[in-house]
Amino acid sequence: MVSTQHIDEPINAVPLLEARGITKIFGTLKANDNVDFAIQKSEIHALLGENGAGKSTLVKILFGSLQQNEGVVLWNGETVSVRSPSEARDLGIGMVFQHFSLFEALTVAENIALSFDANTPLDNIATRTRDLSQQYGLPLDPDAVVGDLSVGERQRVEIIRCLMQDPQLIILDEPTSVLTPQEADTLFETLFRLRDEGRSILYISHRLEEVQRLCSAATIMRHGKVVDACDPRQETAGSLASKMVGAEIDEVVHRESAATDKVVLQLNGLNMPSTHPFAVALKDINLTVNAGEVVGIAGIAGNGQGELFGAISGEDVSTNANAVVIDGHAVGLKNISERRKIGGAFVPEERLGHGAVPALALSDNMYLARHASDSGDFQSGGSLKVIAKNAIKNATKRVVEAMDVRKSAENPPAAALSGGNLQKFVVGRELDRKPVFLLVNQPTWGVDAGAAAHIRQALIDLAASGSAVLMISQDLDEIFEVADRIAVMADGRLSQPEPTARMSRERVGLLMSGAAENGEAA
Amino acid sequence: MDVWISIILSVCAASTPLLLAATGELVVERSGVLNLGVEGMMIMGAVAGFATAQVTGNPYIGALVAIGAGALFSLLFAFLTLTLVANQVATGLALTILGIGLSGMIGEGFVGQPGIRMEGLNIPFLSDLPIVGQLFFGQDLIFYVSIALVFGVSWFLFKTRAGLTLRSVGDNHTSAHALGINVIKVRYLAVLFGGACAGLAGAHLSLVYVPQWVEGMTAGRGWIALALVVFASWRPGRVLIGAYLFGAVTIGQFHAQAIGIAIPAQFLTSLPYIATIVVLVLIARNRRMTMLNTPASLGQSFVPDR
Repeated sequence: MVSTQHIDEPINAVPLLEARGITKIFGTLKANDNVDFAIQKSEIHALLGENGAGKSTLVKILFGSLQQNEGVVLWNGETVSVRSPSEARDLGIGMVFQHFSLFEALTVAENIALSFDANTPLDNIATRTRDLSQQYGLPLDPDAVVGDLSVGERQRVEIIRCLMQDPQLIILDEPTSVLTPQEADTLFETLFRLRDEGRSILYISHRLEEVQRLCSAATIMRHGKVVDACDPRQETAGSLASKMVGAEIDEVVHRESAATDKVVLQLNGLNMPSTHPFAVALKDINLTVNAGEVVGIAGIAGNGQGELFGAISGEDVSTNANAVVIDGHAVGLKNISERRKIGGAFVPEERLGHGAVPALALSDNMYLARHASDSGDFQSGGSLKVIAKNAIKNATKRVVEAMDVRKSAENPPAAALSGGNLQKFVVGRELDRKPVFLLVNQPTWGVDAGAAAHIRQALIDLAASGSAVLMISQDLDEIFEVADRIAVMADGRLSQPEPTARMSRERVGLLMSGAAENGEAA
Repeated sequence: MDVWISIILSVCAASTPLLLAATGELVVERSGVLNLGVEGMMIMGAVAGFATAQVTGNPYIGALVAIGAGALFSLLFAFLTLTLVANQVATGLALTILGIGLSGMIGEGFVGQPGIRMEGLNIPFLSDLPIVGQLFFGQDLIFYVSIALVFGVSWFLFKTRAGLTLRSVGDNHTSAHALGINVIKVRYLAVLFGGACAGLAGAHLSLVYVPQWVEGMTAGRGWIALALVVFASWRPGRVLIGAYLFGAVTIGQFHAQAIGIAIPAQFLTSLPYIATIVVLVLIARNRRMTMLNTPASLGQSFVPDR
């Protein structure tokens, strides 16, 4: 424990935890840029921001799993250096992770025992687990095997494990993303009780209405910087969302739309049940994308964008053939290759592992993606399907030149390329086919500005040449720059796309927070 | 009556090496490591134990050296798979092939020599008791060690903190690492323990079961031990049952032939493998059984990030 003798100001004036000028650099990316942040005693404090805004980097620094390059952390007014999570726990900082670090085959008590020192008897832990869980209204059976528990119950295990260390500050990373509304209500009761006991809670969430309900202070981050601090109870969901995504009005000069009347993609009442506990169900999605236009889908992460990508690309097959229509073909029941053969092209969010096999050469990745759609060029020998090495090599070279992919060797493995260059390759691989329809998810995620500009220009050019482009992105700047029409995804539903010129960031923010479905009262 | 006692004693002798090797491998697999080199470590123990006993004239020193030889051989496996992160399956197979070859080379000069047998215990009065005397007080020391080992391992795994740590590493090495557990160290210790047990199992073969050295004398017992671990669904008590079932089948097939019962020997020999497949199918049918019994990170290499 850190001595607190040197504090001579009154206790309530000193924040429990304060970060000053935190900077963290990964390569060329400033994940945290001179971040100032303070949380008071007995406060529920929200940390808001989009994916990649630097929230998790900041939290990892506070919890000791990352070290800052510059800046200091103060605990009760004293400078501390938190070199590891166990040092953070010793200070009195506990954390409940979004993805649980539990052992499925072990019991609740065994799981909790593992984070204590070896001298604590298991019986003692079982008793304390039962007591604490009842005290905080989170009932748990210490002898239950974790693998048998629901997601909400597993989170309780994590919370009880954290509370057993009697922390002064509890960090919760997206705690309700895995809970049912009822479970979330129970959790909120517990959080209020913890606050009333004098503990502080750092609450990381995208869900604005929760933040307004729970938190008395909020720090908003964007692009690694703190852009605002406010009292969320004084704000509206719309104003919070626009602070998150950036309300500065850049004059987006909009090019002339090349949209035609020809419908290329049509989604007719697309429904998809959620396939696993963390998935979002798609609910009655209707959308048309015409040749020559780019439609952008905005939305906060985890509102069904990944599931929508899977449903359109054919990774998840629908039960209704007409739910997905590409270029006049009803393909709802067809697989990926069949959708590619009729001119569909799909670029997933995750480039390494999903978009490309890391250990395989670029030419092999080229073949894997286009073996069905380009079987005429890439294969010879009829049903023998002998791989036509030269044709693939030429296509790879074409893409590398067209997209300015910088690489260290002639035909390196995908993993050897930097993120931006691999992304250019993965997008270029599809553009090279001149697809009738291109679906791209997060085209410039984690990509440097130069590569991002190149990719965005390529998407605009593709649409101008007469293809239909559907772009899912969490980057609003990108959507406003590239898209002709914008739709917003919230909780598995998609709003009707509206022309970009008629959209404002405030309106997008409102749609993101799901306010539109409640009747747009404002 | 004497016939039955001698049958029981021979069942014990046939089962002990299987029990030792399988119990050791159970601990290894509970930590998340799949060491297919049991056969190789076992035969290294057999040759090292036999050679040492010949040179020193003392089978107990032989057994100790066999333990050391098995552990040393497993250290090679641990270094390759845990430190250098080589593929566990390939490395384990290589260890078995290397062990069979190396033991043949080391043991060449010992072929045909009459061995020194580790005699049964002789406790005054107790060993002379009718029936129970021979069974409970008159067998070789390794037999008693093997029985004690099963209960010791069971207690260790399910009643001690160190055992909990070992199971946690086998269930989810990433989470264990995040809790500050030294995954690699735990696995090294588990692999060494497995090697020591396999070495002692080998010593039992060459010092008790058939006190002589024959090339390739483990004759697939290492593989049976591996199958037994799965058959036992990673529970020490069930390993005990499985090992004795198979020991009984082995001995039973001799006696069946003697009295002219026409069950093909091949069928009896294949029984443990068939039983293992049945158990695997039963476990796989039930998600909960799989989750509770199979170490979830079995066979997966662990590389800590950063």
